[in-house]
Amino acid sequence: MSDNTMTSDKHGAPMNQQSVVRLLRNNGGIVALLIILAFNALFTPNFLQVQTLFVNISQVATIAIVAIGMTVVIATAGIDLSVGAVMALAGALAPLIFQSEFGTAYPVLGLIIAFAVPLLVAALCGLFNGVLISYLNVQPIITTLILFISGRGIAQVLTNGNLQTFSNPSFSYIGTGKILGLPFQGWLALLLACIVYWIVTRTIFGRYLLAVGGNERAAKLSGAPVRTVKIGAYVICAFLSGIAGLIVVAINSASDAARNGNLMELDAIAAAVVGGALLQGGRAPIFGAILGAVIIQLVKYTLLANGVEDEVALIAKAMIIVLAVYVQQARKE
Amino acid sequence: MPGTDAFDLRRYLRNDTRSAGVWIALVALILFGLARYENFGGAYNIVSFLNYNSLFIIISIGMCFVIMTGGIDLSVGSVAAFTSVVAAYLSPYGLEVALPGGVLAGIAFGAINAFCIIAMRIPPFIATLATMLAAKGGALVISGAQTISVDWGSNFTKLGMEKAFNILPWSIVIVALVAVALWIVLEHTSLGRTVLAIGGSEDASNLMGLKVTRAKAFVYLLSGGCAGLAGVFLASGFGAGQPLEGIGWELSAIASVVVGGTLLTGGLGSVPATVAGALLLGLVFNVLNFENGRGTISLSAYWQMVIRGGFLFVVILLQTRIGPSQKEVG
Repeated sequence: MSDNTMTSDKHGAPMNQQSVVRLLRNNGGIVALLIILAFNALFTPNFLQVQTLFVNISQVATIAIVAIGMTVVIATAGIDLSVGAVMALAGALAPLIFQSEFGTAYPVLGLIIAFAVPLLVAALCGLFNGVLISYLNVQPIITTLILFISGRGIAQVLTNGNLQTFSNPSFSYIGTGKILGLPFQGWLALLLACIVYWIVTRTIFGRYLLAVGGNERAAKLSGAPVRTVKIGAYVICAFLSGIAGLIVVAINSASDAARNGNLMELDAIAAAVVGGALLQGGRAPIFGAILGAVIIQLVKYTLLANGVEDEVALIAKAMIIVLAVYVQQARKE
Repeated sequence: MPGTDAFDLRRYLRNDTRSAGVWIALVALILFGLARYENFGGAYNIVSFLNYNSLFIIISIGMCFVIMTGGIDLSVGSVAAFTSVVAAYLSPYGLEVALPGGVLAGIAFGAINAFCIIAMRIPPFIATLATMLAAKGGALVISGAQTISVDWGSNFTKLGMEKAFNILPWSIVIVALVAVALWIVLEHTSLGRTVLAIGGSEDASNLMGLKVTRAKAFVYLLSGGCAGLAGVFLASGFGAGQPLEGIGWELSAIASVVVGGTLLTGGLGSVPATVAGALLLGLVFNVLNFENGRGTISLSAYWQMVIRGGFLFVVILLQTRIGPSQKEVG
């Protein structure tokens, strides 16, 4: 029980020492963000333009949405490597549905199903992960490795490895639409963050989630439905990954099962960790994940805009992940 | 300490029954293949099968040591891709330079993993995930994102293409030697025993004064070196350094290790059973290829990934059914 309250204090009510630490940690992310912004303003040509903002928001949204889900999973001391594969799977299903005979005959119903079925399948992937992890006690890394590889395989089998191109303005709205002049998916990411934040801080599920991550045994002994909570976390993560997969497909007006969500698990883990998630569990800084996603996106953009090759950017990303985790480990000790 | 001995004995008996499963499955699948396909037992199939799977066997053995300590190495695939490029670049200097060069490059990545995990105390899967990324990036950078053709004039391609004493490919001979050496290390040296002890309980191993740090560093260096060797085989066997290869290899290796009865939480494992596991996984694909050839089924290359994941899934299901629960051991 004491652990339970401790974890909730970390997240909720401010306490002297903890709030100082938290302030530092939050500022750490923001300081990093400000440095990147300043660097770009000085050195990157055409950085301070609406177009740049636009591009970055439309790209950061998918990272942010997946990172929110990853944060929820990491809060249970778990990890989900299958997010990218789930994106590919959801992204492959949608065009298959609205381009099918049925989908073209009944466009409206077809569109609804083209959203509903991929997201349902994504949620089922999360259920698969969650059940294996909580009922069979298989490590999350190993469990999610199964879908990490075969999820994308299934997506490629479904599409026969072909690029599916389409023209469907109503579907593409989620990737190309604008609200108040800014990309739709940016708003969607914010909305989803608010919803998940509400779930984590204001519902019983959220309390249990942090308790399970803080100390699983204590949570179990105090009557928390540990298994259900873990399954819930993986379902949320997979569902959000499904949404991100659909957005990527909508942005491109094409679905490529080989590329959709490729390496997304790394971006999402990096964003979650940079945003303050502890790999040992017990914390779920949802808006931190958004901050982390923005930092990751800006690092990518900075490297790209300054002519650094993609391959070198991979190495840079690897170093960011290691550093972020290292700093957190050091703080914890 | 009679109590501990009795406990260990029980474990080993259990271990044997777990390993028995993979040997039985292996023999059954071989018999099935022999009965069903004409060319299955032919020299060509056997040699090409062993040659191709020597890559996975060697990576699986390295992975087995890492998993026995309760760790994981997700970087093996891209490290192998990286070292295949290194070996291709070194191939003009001959096998005697390219082989150690490739292995050393792999060990270097293993050293990065060991440093991150031991000194920086970063969880193994994060550290090796980052190395996976770095090795992939590195391979693309040094190769300019091109496959690098090896020097056909030197003796480098002998390794993957010619046979030792006209019987077996060199690659499989080397893998067999390495496997036997590591088997002895695991079963008969204090280093090997420490590896298993760490997986049983790292804290207890520390308290008992075992050289935990040394053993942990060893397994990651070993896994890197094994991946390095696999990369050399890759370059030699296919005549090119391939920066984009290695995707999903870590999964194959993990599956092979687990099907060999090694507990994912560490503390239990066997080198021969891991080799059997790698052979079994390879044989599943071999049999599927034959079925494809007969036209009874038609599976595209994409099915390979699905089957690989499915195989791991089945293995995990079996392990949780037969074996002690992970909590009991962990």
